[in-house]
This record gives sequence, C-alpha cells and structure tokens, in this order.
Amino acid sequence: MTVTIQLTIIVGYLLLALAIGLVAYRLTDRTAEDFYLASRTVGTIVLLFTTFATLLSAFTFFAGPNVAYYEGPEWILVMGLMDGIIFAILWYVIGYKQWLLGQRYEYVTLGEMLGDRFASKRLRGLVAGVSLLWLFPYVMLQQVGAGTALQALTEGAVPYAVGAGLITAFMILYVVVAGFRGIAWTDTLQGAFMLVTTWIAMIWVLAVVGGPGAASAALEAEAAHHLALGSDHYTPQWMLSTAIVIGFGVAMFPQVNQRFFAAGSRTVLKRSFALWPILCVLLFVPSFMLGAWARGLDVAIPEGENVLPVILAEFTPVWFAALVIAGAMAAMMSSSDSMLLSGSSYFTRDLYRPFVEASLSDRREDLLARVGVVVFATASFLASLVNPATLFELGDAAFSGFAQLALPVMIALYWRKTTRTGITAGILVSQLFYLSSLFLAVVPSTYMGWTAGLVGMGVGLVVTVGVSLVTTPAADERRAIYFDGLGAD
Amino acid sequence: MPRLELWGWLAVAIGLCALAIPWFLWNDATLVAGIPLWLWWHVGWMVLASIVFWLFAQRAWGLGIESTGADSSDERRPPRGRDSGAETGGETR
Repeated sequence: MTVTIQLTIIVGYLLLALAIGLVAYRLTDRTAEDFYLASRTVGTIVLLFTTFATLLSAFTFFAGPNVAYYEGPEWILVMGLMDGIIFAILWYVIGYKQWLLGQRYEYVTLGEMLGDRFASKRLRGLVAGVSLLWLFPYVMLQQVGAGTALQALTEGAVPYAVGAGLITAFMILYVVVAGFRGIAWTDTLQGAFMLVTTWIAMIWVLAVVGGPGAASAALEAEAAHHLALGSDHYTPQWMLSTAIVIGFGVAMFPQVNQRFFAAGSRTVLKRSFALWPILCVLLFVPSFMLGAWARGLDVAIPEGENVLPVILAEFTPVWFAALVIAGAMAAMMSSSDSMLLSGSSYFTRDLYRPFVEASLSDRREDLLARVGVVVFATASFLASLVNPATLFELGDAAFSGFAQLALPVMIALYWRKTTRTGITAGILVSQLFYLSSLFLAVVPSTYMGWTAGLVGMGVGLVVTVGVSLVTTPAADERRAIYFDGLGAD
Repeated sequence: MPRLELWGWLAVAIGLCALAIPWFLWNDATLVAGIPLWLWWHVGWMVLASIVFWLFAQRAWGLGIESTGADSSDERRPPRGRDSGAETGGETR
C-alpha cells in the first residue's frame, strides 16, 4: 500500500518533468548551441534555479544531513561559505568574464575558451579529458544515490539496480529530447520544490517534537558537543580547506561552468549573483538542522542508511515522506541530466571534433551530442553496479579534482603573461599531485590539517605562474583576447 | 581611482569570506530560541552578503573585467602594443 503511494508520487513527478521537457523540445532549434546552452537566452529565475538545482545534488539531501547527524550542524557553515560566498564571488570573477568572452567569441565549453586563447588543441583536449575523468564518478555517485534512495523508500521492493536503471533511462530520454532548455525549466521546478519541501519537513518534525528549543535540548542530552561550534572533526583547517576547495571546484564543474555562458543578459547575471547567498542559506539551514536534530530524537538509524528518509518516515505521513524523497530524486536528476549534457558537449566539441573529425557539421554535432549522452549515462550506470562506494568520498574527490583546474584558469583569465606551457604544466602537475594523494600511499592526504585538494591548488598556482615566467609565449597565442575591448558593447 | 576601488572591493570580498564562520564564537554553545548563536550569526552574515553583492552589482559591476573607455585603457594600451611586439621578441630572446 505505502509502496504504491510512494511509487505513484515519484512516477507522477517524473511524468510532469517529461511533459515540461516535451514543451521545451518544441521550441528547440536543431543546433548544438541551442542543445547545450538554449542559444544563450536564459533569464534570472531560470538561471538562478538551474544553477542552484544543478549544484545541490544528493549531498544536500543525504550526505549533508548525515554529516550533520554524526558530526554536528557546523556543516551549514562550511556549505554556506563555499556555496553562498566563495562560489558567488567566483560567479563574478570567473563567470562574468566567461560570459563576456562567450558572447563575443561564441564559446560553449571551458576547453574551447582556453584552447582558442592559447592556440592549443592539446590544452583544449586536456581540459576536457581532466573534466570527464572527474565527472564520470560523480555521475555514478548520483546514480548510486538514486538507486539506494529508491531501495530504502520501498523497503527493497525496488532493488538497487532497477531503481538506478530506471532513473538512468529516464535521464537519457529526458536529456536527449529536451536539451538545455528543458533541463533549465525542470531545474526551476525542482529547485523551488526542494526549497519548499525541505522547509515543510523541518517545520513538521519540529511541530511534532515541540519546537527548536525541545529539539536542541534533546540533542544536547544525546551529544552535548554538537551544538558548540567546532570539534575534532570540524577543525578550522578542515572547514576552510573543504569550503575553499569545493567552492572553487564547483565553478569548474562542467555543468556549472557551462551555465556561465548561458545567461541571457548582464542583468540576469547581476540579479542571480545578489540573490545567491540567501538562496543557499534558505536551503542549507532546514536540511542540515534536521539532520543534526535527528540525533537527539531517539530514532535508530540502520547501518548504512541515510538519516533524512528514516526521520521523515518516523515523524511525517507516508505521502509526505515520499514527496521529499521525490524531491531528493529530483535534486539528483537535475544534477545528473546537466552533467550528462555538459559531459557530452566536452566530449564532442573538445575531443571528437578537434581530434577525430574536424569538419563536423552543426547538424551532425547535434546528433553526436545526443549519442554521447546515451553512452556516458549507460557506462556510469554499469560502473555504479560494480562499485557503489560511499557518496561522500566519491563526491569529495570529484570536487577537489575540479578545484585543481580553477587557479590555472583564473590566472589565464587575469594575467596576460600566462603562457601555453605555463597553464598546461599547472593543470598537469596539480592533477597528478591530487590523483597521487588519492591513490598513492607515499603522497599524504593532509598537510598539518590542510587537505591535499587545497595544497594541490597551491601547487597549480605556483607551477602556472612559475613556468609562465620562465617560458615565452608561442607565436600563435592570442594573448589579448581576454582583455582588450571586453564589455564595451 | 579604479585601482583603489578594485582593492577596496577585494578587501570587502575577503572580509565576507573571513567571517562567514564566526571564529570568535569557537566552542560556544549558546542557544537563542533553540538555535545556536553561531548559526544566527551565519544567517545574518549571508543576508549581509546578499546586500553587499547587490550593492556591488549596482555600483561597481564590470570592475577588473571590462576595459571601458579612457580610465583603465590608458594604462592598458602600452601592454597591448608590447603584446604584439613580444610575440616576435619572444622568438629572438
């Protein structure tokens, strides 16, 4: 009975999203630029929510509340700093500049933008290759999240493989049909839906237990140190490392970075920028406080299960719990569909076109982009069947991996003397360093409390600047295009 | 003048980052209306950040990025000339 209600809500939700996608499909031009970027016409609300919904994935609903449950609510501060402030500043520093360049030179991907400036096909391929390397496990993470959530929700009636497969198939269908415009529209729906359901969930649980005072008192009785700022887990070094690394990583995530190109106008970017911190705090506070308070509520969390669904099942009616899980599913899909689309654009534009078939027509690129989506999603689904490692570890590695790209790119955007050799070396060395810290025991993962991700960013900075200083720019580099006459339209 | 403005806004940005986490309340567990005081600070800080970002968007948008008109491009012009020279100069060096 309850399984039926839950599945009805989730399926109903998916169908609604599909209907929106079909409307978007009718408006789509058959060109790659429209498929990837909705022809750069996105407005404030849609840009704001599509970035928001894309950014906040399974982390906000599952891993985040889990962290708050086990370690305390300081996670809100880390996420607030990284997304609400650091990412917002990058929104201007990287995003606005990229938008201007995209308007002028019609760039669709980060690799394209860098490849053009440094006149290097190899650099373009390197950026795309590195991005796909990190994107793949992250997409897999979303599928793992969806599969596990469905399995937990239906108490095993929908096994992991079926749930994850269902979501994957739906996403493929959706992305292939709707393209960026459809994704952005459903993201707007999903973002608003997430925000509303999370607040209702928190208010509901608080109403049952007798308000925030009672909930905090119960938490204090269970785990007193959780309400005090800081702990063995939340050290200043860890909080800052995590916020900085993930904040910069987010800006380099293909699906987020590509949104910098999609805004319809300067005003859209300005408004989204100003609203960003408030939007973040509005979602993080209810979601993570619920996770933190759950610790004091005397509800047993079975080993390996996510906190939020268990709490909702205990304190709210079945239909509401299912609605929130549908919201979480929405969050995962809105991240994954965008990632599939961006991953496919990186592949077709920066790897396939330059290296395999240079004279690719627009029409054929459009087709190839859709094929890329299918291949990417299927491969990551198959991988998720073999290796469902924990959400946090995988996600964290991907964010730090992307963060390694940020500083070389920023230096290139703002320092004329950056050379092709400099930026290539900066990207290669920082990536190799970070990958070694993950997989080789000889390279430590922390340095006096600071994470390897942050140290790697420093390495990338030093190498890019250092090598640029000792090398001379190649003759065909277009050193002025990031600077001259920008914004004078 | 734009240079001063640039450094000013840069300082504001660093300030916003620095105090989003209220380090001065470290180990503090004071509750206000059932919610930790440090969380109230953070919420207030994010609202402040929004206001500051809005002000920036109104008054200084384009700073450090757009090369508009006379003021900054005067400074920039010599590098542009040198830029084309440096390409050939680079080979002889």
